[in-house]
Amino acid sequence: MSNIHVKFSLPFHARMAAISSNIMSDTSTVLQNPLVEVNNLAFSRGEKVIYDDISLTIPKGKVTAIMGPSGIGKTTLLKLIGAQLTPDKGEVLFDGQNMHTLSRTELYQVRKRMSMLFQSGALFTDMNVFDNVAFALREHSGLPETIIRSIVLMKLQAVGLRGAAFMMPSELSGGMQRRAALARAIALEPEMVLYDEPFAGQDPISMGMLVKLIRELSDSLKLTSVVVSHDVKEVLGIADYVYVIADKKVIAKGTPEQLRASDNPQLLQFIQGAPDGPVPFHYPAADYQQELLSESN
Amino acid sequence: MNPINLITAIGRYAIELVGSYGKAGLMLWRAIAHIPRPKKGLPLVIKQMYVLGVRSMVIILVSGLFIGMVLALQGYNILVDFGTEDSLGPMVALSLLRELGPVVTALLFAGRAGSALTAEIGLMKSTEQLSSLEMMAIDPLRQIIAPRFWAGVISMPLLAMMFSLVGIFGGHLVGVEWKGIDTGAFWSILQASIEWREDIVNCLIKSTVFGVVVTWIALYRGYEVQPNPEGISRATTSTVVQASLAVLALDFLLTALMFGN
Repeated sequence: MSNIHVKFSLPFHARMAAISSNIMSDTSTVLQNPLVEVNNLAFSRGEKVIYDDISLTIPKGKVTAIMGPSGIGKTTLLKLIGAQLTPDKGEVLFDGQNMHTLSRTELYQVRKRMSMLFQSGALFTDMNVFDNVAFALREHSGLPETIIRSIVLMKLQAVGLRGAAFMMPSELSGGMQRRAALARAIALEPEMVLYDEPFAGQDPISMGMLVKLIRELSDSLKLTSVVVSHDVKEVLGIADYVYVIADKKVIAKGTPEQLRASDNPQLLQFIQGAPDGPVPFHYPAADYQQELLSESN
Repeated sequence: MNPINLITAIGRYAIELVGSYGKAGLMLWRAIAHIPRPKKGLPLVIKQMYVLGVRSMVIILVSGLFIGMVLALQGYNILVDFGTEDSLGPMVALSLLRELGPVVTALLFAGRAGSALTAEIGLMKSTEQLSSLEMMAIDPLRQIIAPRFWAGVISMPLLAMMFSLVGIFGGHLVGVEWKGIDTGAFWSILQASIEWREDIVNCLIKSTVFGVVVTWIALYRGYEVQPNPEGISRATTSTVVQASLAVLALDFLLTALMFGN
């Protein structure tokens, strides 16, 4: 924050120069070591084009946020990265491997190195919290049950739900479900966690908890985190690097400070939550007066 | 309607229909074409046999009892006019084993277990549980679809056999206990007229085929559901309708093959 204050006290040209040099240095250090590279990706559902030509880089060991208005396919992007969906063109490289040309077995090997926190939590409803967290460990790790028990309890302790280990998902509140799902997502110690709208529909307390958990897990486990969200304040608070997507492409990218200092009107409207601006309040329609006075009335 | 549009619509419908058959076939193939893993797979199949089979037993047994009783009562009223009421045993037993056992069990199974399967899988899809399995590098077809398929295929013939047995017992209640047919005559003629290959094996073949079809339709409808409440309710209905029609059509085909000559 102090950095920004300094910048704003400078004359305009000096400020712009400071920002652009900042962009150069930050971008090069942050993006030096990419884990995921999305190159010229295009994807459409039926007739509707979701992405035209989108490229982004997810640096290793950092929290990268992907922001944008609702309904522009942020979740779709995560599913494209996880190769649950196949793009029309372009590629997604995870640690240099093209996710969409791998065989099923190879893809499953790569997926063991990543995990995803779904918006709904996606806990298995027929198992309690403990079994949910233990599930992937039992399937993949081949560890004896006593060790699995210790790992599960440690993961649950990390998200503060050790006391709820034997509750069923339906008995948990929304925030607890998401924390339980987070414990499950980190059970196999993945290199990367994809968070799909982790803050959507959370009360301020559980939102605070999730923000803290995502940042702490990322730092302590050296996790690469990709957070898809439209909660501007929370995201700018924890992200190391941010992409803002709108109109099928990346409209802005940079560190949170760079985005706050930007003068792109589309980005400013999004960050400030202005009801009208480059994204109009009204869905495109015929002239209001004419429609009211038209003959059908 | 413009004839060109009509032809286009028919063509589109046909392409979608063939496409969905292909998809359903692929889903089943990818689910079951694996080297079995008895240690992991067997407990899943047993759990599903409990859910699909054991929990369907009440409706199957009660229906079997009443259908056997009604069959015996109607049969007795006709047979007694000709003085052949001793043949009530084979009449009830053969009707049940050859037709009613497999068919009615399959229809009830489609309503009870098939609709529940579709709703369960559909809900798993709409709450992203299937996607989360995918992301955990676990094949949902293998983990979710395959055990349910095998459980359905194994449960159906067992349920059909129970249905027939209870139905015969119902026939005994009405014929022997109520209408006073001689117990010895009822059971000995029944035993003499049932053949292992012709009746029992055919009953098992029919019910296994119905088990495959009903479970397959239910799983496919759930797996391909539009992931929202409206989609799930539509898929559940179409499971019951399609599975019932498929059972009745296949029953005619199988009966023609088995008893046509």
